[in-house]
Amino acid sequence: MAERSDEVKLLGMWASPFSRRIEIALTLKGVPFEFSEQDITNKSPLLLLSNPVHKKIPVLLHNGKPISESLVILEYIDDTWQNNPILPQDPYERATARFWAKFVDEQIYVSAMKVVGKIGEERDAVVEATRDLLKSLEKELVGKDFLGGKSLGFVDIVATLVAFWLMRTEEIVGVKVVPVEMFPEIHRWVKNLLELGVIKKCYPSRR
Amino acid sequence: MANEVILLDFWPSMFGMRTRIALREKGVEFEYREEDLANKSPLLLQMNPVHQKIPVLIHNGKPVCESSIQVEYIDEVWSHKNPILPSDPYKRAQARFWVDFIDKKMYEAQGKVWATTGEEQVAGKKAFIELLKTLESELGDKPFFGGDDFGYVDIGLIGFYTWFHAYDKYGNFSIEAECPKLIAWAKRCLQRESVAKSLPDSEKVTDFIAELRKKFVPE
Repeated sequence: MAERSDEVKLLGMWASPFSRRIEIALTLKGVPFEFSEQDITNKSPLLLLSNPVHKKIPVLLHNGKPISESLVILEYIDDTWQNNPILPQDPYERATARFWAKFVDEQIYVSAMKVVGKIGEERDAVVEATRDLLKSLEKELVGKDFLGGKSLGFVDIVATLVAFWLMRTEEIVGVKVVPVEMFPEIHRWVKNLLELGVIKKCYPSRR
Repeated sequence: MANEVILLDFWPSMFGMRTRIALREKGVEFEYREEDLANKSPLLLQMNPVHQKIPVLIHNGKPVCESSIQVEYIDEVWSHKNPILPSDPYKRAQARFWVDFIDKKMYEAQGKVWATTGEEQVAGKKAFIELLKTLESELGDKPFFGGDDFGYVDIGLIGFYTWFHAYDKYGNFSIEAECPKLIAWAKRCLQRESVAKSLPDSEKVTDFIAELRKKFVPE
């Protein structure tokens, strides 16, 4: 059982959607934590010591003990601090949430990363492929305020990668990967997210 | 409440093996259905429209996809015996981390050992052995990855053992010589009935890979 005298430190990066999702989870649970911005071009001894296998952020340090991989960290946070649960209680709903979280990270993210740095027909093809994957998410949102149902849940937190990283990098990439005409539900969902205090805190609006 | 459990699977799949083991650990009666991956059943396509892959666990008509997710689901539903994940949150996180590591790294790495040739294979073999050594180092002197008890990480990895004979053959090395503790661990796992019943014969798997290999490596 977690106590108020806990020491919680997040080795992360402001620009990383994987790191940001951990901030959301900790903020949602009201867990005070120290954020330590990491430079991955010059990895700190603490990072290398805490995640020797992957040498990546985010890493959560709870009373000095490291946990790596953002989905693993999110489940650890939910197991440790039981207020404002992130995952549902029902095993079937939990399995479904885990499925969609994996889908976002292993399918949508991987495909979206391919868009950056491509031009012309090649880019059109990867944009098309990414949109096909996003259609699954679009379908999941029909009749729901959030992917978790009535309130923010595990998949919503993971999918902030789509709402705030993918949809914001559209300006950099020069193509609207997620146009509102094709994805009205996703756009509606982003608006719902932006109303939440925890999201406003972790993803402040840009001027 | 009647429990109807169907597993759509493919006999040499190291991922399907995980789910078979988990179901047997819990003493769950299930119907095993062999899929022909060249001719996927309508049920498979209906139950896993997103990936169209095996294994698919169908519990009272509702599908659960992805083997590591299936194992966690089985542990949560049939929580009365043989716990698969540890109860301590930190140990659970460690178990999930290593299954994620296996999921991310093992499948791609093992393919390079038997489905490539030349320089690609040399590099692939080296990377694969390094991967096994990382896992062996994590195991240490413990009987199982989680400690004294058989659990999530053991289930996550043991299916790959049935492919080791083929890796040795096509990689022209000896995994036992490189990672003796890992082989000892595998044999220890095989003493469990749930594992022995769920794993196919290594020779059969090697014959299967020999056929599959023809697609990637010209004779």
